[in-house]
Amino acid sequence: MGTLSLVTRAARRPPGPDPQTSPAVRAKRRRTRIRILLFLSPWIVGFTVFLAYPLVMTVWLSFTNSDMISSPHFVGLRNYRYMFSDDPQIWQAVRNTGWLMAVMVPAQVLFALGVAMVTARLKAGAGLFRTLFYLPALAPPVAATVAFVCLFNPSSGPVNKILGLIGVHGPLWFDSPVWSKPALTLLTLWGSGTMMVIFLAALLDVPAELYEAAELDGTNPLQRFRYVTLPTISPVVLFATVTAVIAALQYFTQAMVASQTADGSIQAPPGYPGGSTLTFSQQLYTAGFTQFHMGYACALAVVLFAVAMVFTVALLRRASGFNTEEATQ
Amino acid sequence: MFIHRHSFTVRHSPVVPARAHGRRLAAFVLAPILALAAAGCSAGGSNSPAKADVGADDTTPVTITFWHGLSSAHEVAAVNAVLAKFHQKYPYITVQAVSGQTDDKVNQAIRGGTAPDVASSFNAANVGGWCASGAFQDLSADIAADHVDMSQIPQAVQSYTAFDGKRCTMPWLADTFGLYYNKKLFAAAGITAPPKTMTELAQDAKKLTVFNPDGSIKTAGFMPYLGTYQMVTEHLVTSWGGKWLKPDGTSNVASDPAFAAALTWQKNLVDWFGAGKLAKFKAGMGDEMSAQNAFETGNVAMMVDGEWRTAFIKNDKSDVDYGTAPMPVADDKPELYGSGYVGGNVIGIPKGSKHPAAAWKLVKFLTTDTDAVASFADAIGNVPTTIAALDSPALTLAQDPDFATFLEVFKNPATSTTPASPDGGAYLTDFGPFAEKWQNGQVPDLKAGLAGVDKQNDAALKLSQ
Repeated sequence: MGTLSLVTRAARRPPGPDPQTSPAVRAKRRRTRIRILLFLSPWIVGFTVFLAYPLVMTVWLSFTNSDMISSPHFVGLRNYRYMFSDDPQIWQAVRNTGWLMAVMVPAQVLFALGVAMVTARLKAGAGLFRTLFYLPALAPPVAATVAFVCLFNPSSGPVNKILGLIGVHGPLWFDSPVWSKPALTLLTLWGSGTMMVIFLAALLDVPAELYEAAELDGTNPLQRFRYVTLPTISPVVLFATVTAVIAALQYFTQAMVASQTADGSIQAPPGYPGGSTLTFSQQLYTAGFTQFHMGYACALAVVLFAVAMVFTVALLRRASGFNTEEATQ
Repeated sequence: MFIHRHSFTVRHSPVVPARAHGRRLAAFVLAPILALAAAGCSAGGSNSPAKADVGADDTTPVTITFWHGLSSAHEVAAVNAVLAKFHQKYPYITVQAVSGQTDDKVNQAIRGGTAPDVASSFNAANVGGWCASGAFQDLSADIAADHVDMSQIPQAVQSYTAFDGKRCTMPWLADTFGLYYNKKLFAAAGITAPPKTMTELAQDAKKLTVFNPDGSIKTAGFMPYLGTYQMVTEHLVTSWGGKWLKPDGTSNVASDPAFAAALTWQKNLVDWFGAGKLAKFKAGMGDEMSAQNAFETGNVAMMVDGEWRTAFIKNDKSDVDYGTAPMPVADDKPELYGSGYVGGNVIGIPKGSKHPAAAWKLVKFLTTDTDAVASFADAIGNVPTTIAALDSPALTLAQDPDFATFLEVFKNPATSTTPASPDGGAYLTDFGPFAEKWQNGQVPDLKAGLAGVDKQNDAALKLSQ
């Protein structure tokens, strides 16, 4: 804020004779610039060390054969050619990550929104239920995943036992190539408390008089949701969707832990069972950290970054068009 | 909550032209990036050629760190006991041992410049990557300077601890694989001797299997499902004498008929059980490295496993009445009977070790001192990796007939291992998903599938060149 106000003050200076000639003014200007840079320096240092430098190096290393131990050497586009034509696992990883974005993200947004709407309407015990629904988000992802794999163990887990009591033959869950991703989705839904809280805050911020006006106009609850609630909270829905899409693109910990826990070995084949939980980030990890192909892993990271950017920009554009249309109505 | 994008707009001062201001800011941001880039991102720059460590006679007190992967209480106690012997011999060297470390962590520590002075691994497949990249230091000069007699280490063991002419690790005990069988269940099924051929193994497995009334598996005679405990392709194809790589390092799984034969045998047995039933049974099996191990609890009658299981069975106080035998072999390869798969634990000095002279003393002691090798092997129930230790009276385990089986397998000239590759044995990692698809019936044409694996492995190998 300090930096902004400095710049704003400078911008408001009245026009006068050309100040370039006066050494005193020049010195003052230099001091101002240094002050601005000093105010900016925490951001500049953070941006440089934690974003710009890693980004530049990642792009450079993606064109090299590097193991991050010996000196890298330039190999041109070889890593990218390997990715698109030869990597045996990459398309499986892309399909799995695409599935998570297409199914898990909408499911999570809808579930969190649904729970938020229910808890927003609660008259009694609202605090208790909001806490209960939020609590799973505090569980460490590794512990939560291990617990879920145990609960859904097809042989000894309570979920299939309970399903058996009502005559349902439970699936193999984390041990089945078909059911492993739905099981991971259930884990994500269970832990979507943070998104629920964000939606809840947005829902409680919707002006009550808008609902009253809509009721006077004779709308039904569905129409009130469509024409009052949704337009008001749409920036928050967009925010939640963008962050969930990026999280799905980077989905790693739960898939890796579920795969190893279900297989019973840290040397589980990547994406056990049947490659069904192999995500793009896992493929990147395996290439870079266990197979000494850090150059190739960097190429994967560059593609992941580009795809995340494309999705984010596309979602933001789509949403801004939606908002404008709503505003004109 | 949502930040409007216009709020990021900042107006430029008209006093400093916007473009010049932007250029200065860009220079300010880019200068440190370029400086960092110029500094390089690899751990320590170029690889120095192998040379003997200076300071071999230096007795200044020093503390070195040693990372190993052992984690069971009895194994950690055994490491500490052998380190106490080392400290007795070299009182000025104190070793700080850290247990339960993985290869990925070691790699990251090397890359980050925080490597331990000495590191060990269960996974000899990584030796190729470590030697090729220089992650572990070449020990040749130290070996020559100290006149270490390498002939006391069997040739097969020497082969998997070096790569491409670089000896960057030493063998620190070996793991040898064979068949464990439950004598009580054998007697109940009327089986008098362990199987010697894969056909006999399949027949015995069927006889020993008991199903629940609902059709699920109660006791598995043998778990053919790849990925169950130590039932992995590299242990299976050894019974057919399979060779993973050609001499030039390219993939060999389609050219070598052993792979198709082994996988066909395995799939036939999987189909007899039903892949779904096996997957469910596998999910209910207890943790491999615990007293709930399904062989120790009697839920699996036969299994392929390493010699360490003998020590685990004793330490877990399991009452399983068991015997051991070499792995059965393919019907048309009787000459292979008595051999098996050997996998080694390796130990070396990572790049960036702060006290390489003291580190070498520890590596040399742990891998070549007969008493250290024999007593440690005895304590954790592994196979010693020097001929002197194999014959040492300190190796009391040799008198245990169940353990002696593995010593015989280890000594067998046909015993083999998986070759090292510069990408840390990626050909094995990448075979895992194929094997899974195969056993779940998702590979309609095995030969074409294996040819595809060859093509993929060869393409992956080129990434390291």
